[in-house]
Amino acid sequence: MEIGLPHYLAVAAILFTIGVFGIFINRKNVIVILMSIELILLAVNINFVAFSSFLGDLVGQIFALFVLTVAAAEAAIGLAILVVYFRNRGSIAVEDINLMKG
Amino acid sequence: MIIHTLFFYLFSAITLASGLMVISARNPVHSVLFLILAFFNAAGLFVLLGAEFLAMLLVVVYVGAVAVLFLFVVMMLDVDFVELRQGFLQYLPVGALVGVVLLAELLIGLSGWTFAPEAIATATSPIPNPAEISNTAAIGRLLYTHYIFFFQVAGFVLLVAMIGAIVLTLRHKPKVKRQVIADQVSRSQKVDMHAVKPGQGV
Repeated sequence: MEIGLPHYLAVAAILFTIGVFGIFINRKNVIVILMSIELILLAVNINFVAFSSFLGDLVGQIFALFVLTVAAAEAAIGLAILVVYFRNRGSIAVEDINLMKG
Repeated sequence: MIIHTLFFYLFSAITLASGLMVISARNPVHSVLFLILAFFNAAGLFVLLGAEFLAMLLVVVYVGAVAVLFLFVVMMLDVDFVELRQGFLQYLPVGALVGVVLLAELLIGLSGWTFAPEAIATATSPIPNPAEISNTAAIGRLLYTHYIFFFQVAGFVLLVAMIGAIVLTLRHKPKVKRQVIADQVSRSQKVDMHAVKPGQGV
């Protein structure tokens, strides 16, 4: 019962799929869509760290650090846009966000 | 080794279960709390992989900052979340189809795949022996030398995100009276009197 790289990759793949699935079934709720994106980025990070550990290369962990940075920035900006949008429209339904449709 | 296996299955099962609860919980506050649980258990997986620094970073940055930010926003917005769940079942089939196809592709992709035997030798910066240098020190030595430019760029990204979030959400209410220091300083020295009506101020 040795835990190898495929085990971690399977966990990451399932978590990634859960994230994509969450974006599909919560089409109206922007907050849950943002959380699904966080899950996807977490799955990517698990992949990076698993490869880094099993290949013995530290660069994967460095890259996971930068993924974390970008994910934090994305969450902050996304939530800020959400708050401004809620102030202007009084709702956060994704289907209402079509003002810029050409 | 058996404990390692046990903890791997424990952490990954809780991570996946709470990931499912994030996308299916009725109340978004519960979604955020399950997201926090998922991050904690993913940090456990990172510890099992020997990446202690990233595990602690996940706990501190994600649970301490990002998830709490989500929690604030969810609690601050007065949204009827029941209404937002309309169409949940309508999107379920297509979402399940895409999910199953994606998962099948990923699992097929990683099942028929092995390392080349010489792949380990090609590591550009091998992980040092953990008995000599801790994971944090090793990452620091690499990050502040070879990857200093990327480190600075990451800091710049965070700065831009911070300024952007402040600029987006800051608003000046017209009724708030603010102290204008320039007006106070440039005021002439004469003493003057005003008839101040009650409740209105100067």
